[in-house]
This record gives sequence, structure tokens and C-alpha cells, in this order.
Amino acid sequence: MNVVDLRSVSFRYAGSERNVLSDINLKIEEGESVLITGPSGCGKSTIARVIMGLIPHSYPGDFSGEAYVLGMNILENPVSRIATNCGIVFQNPENQLFTFSVEDDVAFGPENLALPPYEICRRVDESLRLVGIEHLRHASPNSISGGEQQKAAIASIISMHPSLIIFDEPTSMLDPSSSASLIQSIFRLKESLREMGKEITLIIIEHRINLLINHISRMIVVSDGKIVLDGDPMTVLNESFERRIPINIPPLLRIYFRIKDRCGLEKPPRSLQELLSYLREDGWGRNG
Amino acid sequence: MVEIVVENLFFKYPEAENYVLKNINLIIKEGESIAILGENGAGKTTLAKNLNGLLKPTQGSVKIDGVDTRNLSVAKIARKIGFVCHNPDHQFFAETVEEEIRFGLRNFGFPENEAERSIREVLKTFGLEDYRFRNPFQLSGGEKKRLAIASIMVWNPELLILDEPTIGMDYAQRLNIQRVLKKLVSEGRSIVVITHDVDFAASLCERAIILSKGEVIGDGCLRKLLSDSEVIEKASLKKPFLIELEEELGFSIMEEDFDEICDFLTRVFPKCHS
Ligand SMILES: Nc1ncnc2c1ncn2[C@@H]1O[C@H](COP(=O)(O)OP(=O)(O)OP(=O)(O)O)[C@@H](O)[C@H]1O
Ligand SMILES: Nc1ncnc2c1ncn2[C@@H]1O[C@H](COP(=O)(O)OP(=O)(O)OP(=O)(O)O)[C@@H](O)[C@H]1O
Ligand SMILES: [Mg+2]
Ligand SMILES: [Mg+2]
Repeated sequence: MNVVDLRSVSFRYAGSERNVLSDINLKIEEGESVLITGPSGCGKSTIARVIMGLIPHSYPGDFSGEAYVLGMNILENPVSRIATNCGIVFQNPENQLFTFSVEDDVAFGPENLALPPYEICRRVDESLRLVGIEHLRHASPNSISGGEQQKAAIASIISMHPSLIIFDEPTSMLDPSSSASLIQSIFRLKESLREMGKEITLIIIEHRINLLINHISRMIVVSDGKIVLDGDPMTVLNESFERRIPINIPPLLRIYFRIKDRCGLEKPPRSLQELLSYLREDGWGRNG
Repeated sequence: MVEIVVENLFFKYPEAENYVLKNINLIIKEGESIAILGENGAGKTTLAKNLNGLLKPTQGSVKIDGVDTRNLSVAKIARKIGFVCHNPDHQFFAETVEEEIRFGLRNFGFPENEAERSIREVLKTFGLEDYRFRNPFQLSGGEKKRLAIASIMVWNPELLILDEPTIGMDYAQRLNIQRVLKKLVSEGRSIVVITHDVDFAASLCERAIILSKGEVIGDGCLRKLLSDSEVIEKASLKKPFLIELEEELGFSIMEEDFDEICDFLTRVFPKCHS
């Protein structure tokens, strides 16, 4: 089944003259891990809003086309119904935290799903541990740091175990080691849920491609409201490089794409060490 | 020109039990480019807010040009020390992008014609010309961030403190902001950048102040500090790519632009000549 199915979706925000999305066709199957990237302002968050049904229900404007999420037609289903099984971590985590303690925010989703109390506790513990903020359980979401808020927002969605999770720049405020471990934990959770028979689908909007490149199965580049590239991550990155689309290609790959033909490199190096030892094979470049 | 002297600063939020900043001592001089780095919750934002008087020390002092921040109004400090906070939504209040930018200029008494020129210039610098009459809350994440920076930078404070300036920036904009900030420093202004983006910090800042659990665990040459594995481990950082590359090569690269680095590599390795 397609978890997401957008058919020639176009959208124009009320008061704006131009379409921010034009003719978007996007099918995402169950279990996929999709990275969506593209220049700032290209329409990534807008696509996320369509998938959640927030567009057209909460944002006025001109919507055309058809959009299905988990088999539900977004036009015929209220946002609240879509949200029970489809979670989004917004770009600005503060918009997501509204209770008096981190713990309550994380418990809110599972409580609304009317899960039994022991399961709610288990989910809260699991989610707080996953993002590494067990120590902030009783803190108020207003009196923690930016990165801590982002972690709390992520936990509050993960605790629902939704079938589809959209992360809109989930690591923008996290320190390098938290970013890496968060991404790992998310994919580990996905694996362990799969072992228990529950497939979840991930859509991750990120400028920081470096973190995700080894985890995702598919990469989409949006530019100016259109999907311009969609496919295997390495191919998409190479195309983006050739076409000079301003996305954050990981530095090592940027070097690789640029010098591969001249230096006879056949496949992307896995590390800087690997790249340099290849270049040094004939003994040069060691001491300048 | 502005100088900030921080002495034995301890800070605790009113209702909290523990100190968030412990015994901080620093001097920030004119023309400096400083990165404040450290793990989530280290105290970076809290320190920044102590530097510009939004928060006052619980113990110790912060002096701006010799005057204790307890004796200065926030507005007065803001003319000298601009602060771009991490969440643009906290900063915005005007109905249009233009008004948002004009506010500071009007407040600080810039003449209308000069204000108009500055607004145009800053809109252009940050690629926001098309949004001049848009409501700031109806911008994308990255556009908001650029507006937040533009609306503070426009009055040309002597010191600019930016909390996470690269959030939501794509490749081109990250380079752009790097260029814009470098230019400020070359004109004698100072910048303090709080960021988790070590690559950005490395390509922009000379000095790093590393915070961990509320304490300064390193203050000095950024390149040196970010080659120190112990510091990196302790403050949950990462070695910047450029430093890693230099260490592996065994010599330093002056280029910061990727195209130039690539050209450089193809020059030194004969493998690329065939
Ligand atoms: N509520 C709104 N009303 C009018 N225009 C909007 C609104 N929200 C976003 N836009 C415009 O639509 C375009 C796409 O915005 P969107 O937020 O989807 O971009 P994005 O790709 O997520 O960018 P970023 O990486 O900066 O977050 C932008 O040009 C933005 O200015
Ligand atoms: N208003 C507040 N009241 C009480 N404690 C707070 C408040 N704001 C932040 N803290 C706590 O103070 C510590 C330092 O927070 P600060 O925001 O300075 O961290 P930071 O280094 O900027 O982190 P990040 O990288 O996540 O933004 C954290 O442990 C945080 O939970
Ligand atoms: Mg966005
Ligand atoms: Mg902070």
C-alpha cells in the first residue's frame, strides 16, 4: 500500500500570487525512509503540511489535485483523524510543546490514543531514553534549552508509534553527537518495531544530508515547488552536484564528485582516509 | 568600539536549584570572531543573554565598556550589541517584513532616507526582496532565520551575537552568511556565533569558547581547540572537516572554498594528472 500518494498536487497560499507547489506527484510505500531536501523556501514544509492534511484544512489557499495518506483522502478526513496514525515533528519544536512538563507532553499522544496506563508509562520511558532527556522528565518545556526542546518534541511524537512520521529538520538544534545518536536511535526503533510486526514509514526533511546518507533508502530534491530529483541517494546527490542545486552535499562526496573523473575514482570513498590512501597510492602528497 | 569583560560569572535561573553557568571569566574585544560551542544544555544561550544584559549575573559581573550590565538598559546595550535569538518567532512582532526591519532603525533614530537605503540593502543581502510586504510568520523556516538576522544587522551594531545562525540554511545561504559575517569582521566589528555547525564555525571564527556543563573548558584558537580530541569528546563536538583534512594531509590548506580545495588536491596528487 502507498502510505503517501499525492497526485498532481498544486497549492497557492492565500494572498500569495504564485503556486508554492506545482504538480507534485509522490508515492511513498510502507517502510520506506525518504529524505526530502532542497533549497530554503522550495516547499518542503508545505509538502509536509499537505501530507498531514493541514493544507488545505488549516491553511487557507488554493489546493488542487488529490492527496491520500494511509489510504485516507485528506480532503475527506479531519486533521485529527490523520494525526492519530501520522505524526509530524514541526520545524519549530516550541510549537509542539504545550503542557507543564516534558513528561506530560510525551504522554499526551499515547493518552489520546487511550492506551492502557502501563503502556503509556513504557512509551514515555522509551521515548525519553531514545532522545536522551530522561533527566528532564519533570522540567517545564519553557525552561529548557533549544536543543532540549527539540528532543522533547521528537519524543512527544515517537511515543505514539505512528505508522508514518514526518520529521521537519529534526536535528537543526542538536549538538553533533546528539544528532548522530538520535538518527541512529530512530532507525533502530524502526527496526525493532518491524521485528514486532509494525512497519513504520519515515519522511525526513533535512539540510544536513551527511547524517542521513547511510540510513535512507530514497532521496528527493525539491526545487521551486517541484520534485526535480527522486531516487537512489547517491545518484540523486551526484545529479544535484552536476546541476549545481544548492543543497548541503556532504564535504567528502563533494570532493569525490568533483575529482572522480580526473583522478579515476570509481566509487565514493567511505572515509577521508580511504580517499587519501587511494590518492597516495603512488607515494605522493604525503608531505606536500 | 565595544569591549565586554566577564568576571567570575555565576548564573542560576530564578526557580532552578543548580547553577547553569559557573565561574566564567572572559574578555571580548573589538574585531574578534568567536564561536561559542558546547553540548545541548551547556549554557551557551544563557551566556549569550548575560553578555547582552537580557539576563543579569547571579554572582560576579559582566561589564560592557566598563559599565556593569546591572546599570544599563537592555535597549541601550542593544544599540551596541545586537542579538539574534535562536527562534525567530520570539523576535518577530511586526505585520510585514519591511516593518520588522525598520523597527530597530526607527528606534535608534536613523533618518528616513538612510533607513530606506539600509532596508533595501539588507533585503538584497539576504535574498528577501520578494517578501518585503509579507507577514514574517508566513515565511519558511530558513526565510524567517534570514529575516531575524537581517533585522538586527541592519542597524550595524558593534558586536553581533548570533544564536544558531545556520539553522534552516541551504548550501548557498550558508556560504552567503559566512561571507556577510566575514565582511563585518574585516570592517572591525565583532561577532559571536553560537552554533553546533562546527564546519561553519571553523570557516568563520578565529577563537572558540567551549562550554560544557556550565563551565568554560577551553578558550582560545579555534583550530587548536577543535583538533583536541578530549575537548571534542567532552563537549559533544565533532572535528570540522577542514581540520580533519589538514591533519590527514599533514599540511594546512588556506582555501576555504570547496572548489579550491578540490583544485588543490588535484594539484598535489599526480594521480589526478593522468
Ligand atoms: N503561511 C504562508 N503564507 C504564504 N506563503 C507561505 C506561507 N508559508 C510558507 N510560504 C511560502 O511558501 C514557500 C515555501 O515554503 P516552505 O515553508 O514550504 O519552504 P521550505 O522548503 O520548508 O523552506 P525552509 O527550508 O526554509 O524551511 C516559501 O517561499 C514561503 O515564503
Ligand atoms: N528559563 C529557564 N529556566 C530554568 N532552566 C533553564 C531555563 N532555560 C534553560 N535552562 C537550563 O539551563 C541549561 C542551559 O541552557 P541553555 O539554553 O543556555 O543551553 P544551550 O547551551 O544554549 O543549549 P542548546 O544547544 O540546546 O541550545 C540547560 O540545562 C537548560 O535546561
Ligand atoms: Mg521548512
Ligand atoms: Mg541554546
